[in-house]
Amino acid sequence: MKILVAIKRVVDHNVRIRVRPDGSGVETTGVRMSMNPFCKHAVEAAVQLSEAGHGDEIVVVSIGPKAANDVILTALAMGAHRGLLIETDAALETLAIAKLLAKVVDEETPDLVLLGKQAVDDDSNHVGQMLAALTNRPQATFASEIKVVGQGLEVTREIDSGRETLALPLPAIVTADLRLNTPRNAALPQVMKARSKPLAVRPVAEFGVDVAPRLVIETISPPPERVAGKTVASVTELAGIIATDLSTMEAL
Amino acid sequence: MSVLLIADVDQGALAPATARVLSAVAGLGPVDVLVLGDDADAAAAEAANLVGTARVLVAKGPVAVDADSDAIVALSSGYHFVVQSAGSVGRDRMPRVAARLDVMPVTDIIQILAPNRFVRPIYAGNALETVRDDQPIHVLTIRASAFRAAATGNAAPVERLDLSMQSAVRLIATHRTPSDTPDLATAQVVVGGGVALGSAENFQLVEKLAKKLGAAIGATRAAVDAGFAPNDWQVGQTGKIIAPDLYIAIGISGALQHLAGIQGAKKIIAINTDPEAPLVKLADVALIGDLFDIVPKLTAELERLGVKR
Ligand SMILES: Cc1cc2nc3c(=O)[nH]c(=O)nc-3n(C[C@H](O)[C@H](O)[C@H](O)COP(=O)(O)OP(=O)(O)OC[C@H]3O[C@@H](n4cnc5c(N)ncnc54)[C@H](O)[C@@H]3O)c2cc1C
Repeated sequence: MKILVAIKRVVDHNVRIRVRPDGSGVETTGVRMSMNPFCKHAVEAAVQLSEAGHGDEIVVVSIGPKAANDVILTALAMGAHRGLLIETDAALETLAIAKLLAKVVDEETPDLVLLGKQAVDDDSNHVGQMLAALTNRPQATFASEIKVVGQGLEVTREIDSGRETLALPLPAIVTADLRLNTPRNAALPQVMKARSKPLAVRPVAEFGVDVAPRLVIETISPPPERVAGKTVASVTELAGIIATDLSTMEAL
Repeated sequence: MSVLLIADVDQGALAPATARVLSAVAGLGPVDVLVLGDDADAAAAEAANLVGTARVLVAKGPVAVDADSDAIVALSSGYHFVVQSAGSVGRDRMPRVAARLDVMPVTDIIQILAPNRFVRPIYAGNALETVRDDQPIHVLTIRASAFRAAATGNAAPVERLDLSMQSAVRLIATHRTPSDTPDLATAQVVVGGGVALGSAENFQLVEKLAKKLGAAIGATRAAVDAGFAPNDWQVGQTGKIIAPDLYIAIGISGALQHLAGIQGAKKIIAINTDPEAPLVKLADVALIGDLFDIVPKLTAELERLGVKR
């Protein structure tokens, strides 16, 4: 089968971000960027499916500035075959991203589209579900296991009450959770080889999608800060505090 | 300005999140609560009892988001707001509903400033975004932990709908975590354990203390990944968001992805060997020491004090 993986370049998850004092956003200049962790799990899942004989071709697509080439190269080094950068310097809303990806799905007709369940910058957790809606495909979000069974998939999802397993026909959309796999670090020869794999760069305008924002971001502010409390010296003291807290807690 | 609120139903009962989302949106207009599922009668009765419910709409059928999101889209033409909690079901469903309506959703809302202005956390809660949504219909998910529950004592009418729902997806297995502890996302007291517990057996130290306090149990991703705790106990950016009155964190370092889930906690107590751990630094009360020594003693001491909930 043919697999399309959509990936996003974000502020690295280890960076402690700084909110700009004027409320205009989060400082991203001079900050370490990398592939969104959830997207890495999606790429790894595609490569593992391919290694197990289920993926003839893996195409990775990213939407973002020229620098997003980096994360595409990372995915190519991990084992994807071909890349596409849809270039834009604008921060697009998830609905616009999903519409652009739907165009790519029209062109590429993949059997499976894999995405990360959320991006660690805007924490939206939208795009896979929206793409499924726009392409009329079934969805399995928050996947912790993907099995190819007959002509379809069995996907185990992490949900609020535990886990559930869905059977879904292809073509389908699956979004990756963190326990799906352990993403590989590509070795140097793979990194070198990635540079010779095809990587197309196309401007957003080529896709004929209205990407104008629907929402207005008024401000971005830091959350209220917690101040350090006190250290207690003994278990007895701590138990006393807990007992008092419980007895004064409002019954809900 | 009318609201369609999609209820969270778990094993036939109304999940605690729904009463909280109802109180969050009740100021936006009359709220119709939609209860979906094959086994929805008890949940519908509970929803009818919540103050703020104008009508309960019951639609029977298999719950699968590819099918029911189309049914919700068909129903939404009479509403200005289509809303659900930001639990795993709402997160799965509402973006699909929004895209079908060609609407950009606003999700994980923690504050409603005006009918078209909302606050949501980004970057694992390290920044708060205030957004204005002037679309004709608003598709929203709300973090239940940020709001109080609606009161009971209503008797809203219950109406049956016949929505045709055809799904391409088949549910073939569920793996529930058996538990007699309170719902984690809405619990008033939570005891959380980290990877320092070392094993699933040792994690029972956390569970015993939680039981003593009538608390829900939380865990870090590292503890879940190691197999010490089930995935639905994970608290954080990718797990559940909690806002208890009291959170007791045992052997948890306080990585920013974990902190993302506990920012709404009123009081935090940390038990850790490391006085420099980030969680110790922002806890209201910290006890520095070995959890294997402290936690059994603490449970016994609370027992001695006759603490009961
Ligand atoms: C994309 C992404 C998403 C993530 N999402 C989440 C999430 O949702 N939730 C989450 O929790 N994590 C999440 N993580 C993981 C997170 O970054 C941390 O790795 C994790 O929270 C650490 O868990 P921990 O505190 O149990 O372990 P550690 O960080 O290893 O901390 C263990 C702590 O135990 C203390 N300790 C050790 N021995 C003892 C003892 N005997 N007595 C007392 N204290 C002791 C140590 O001093 C230390 O502070 C995510 C990571 C990524 C990259």
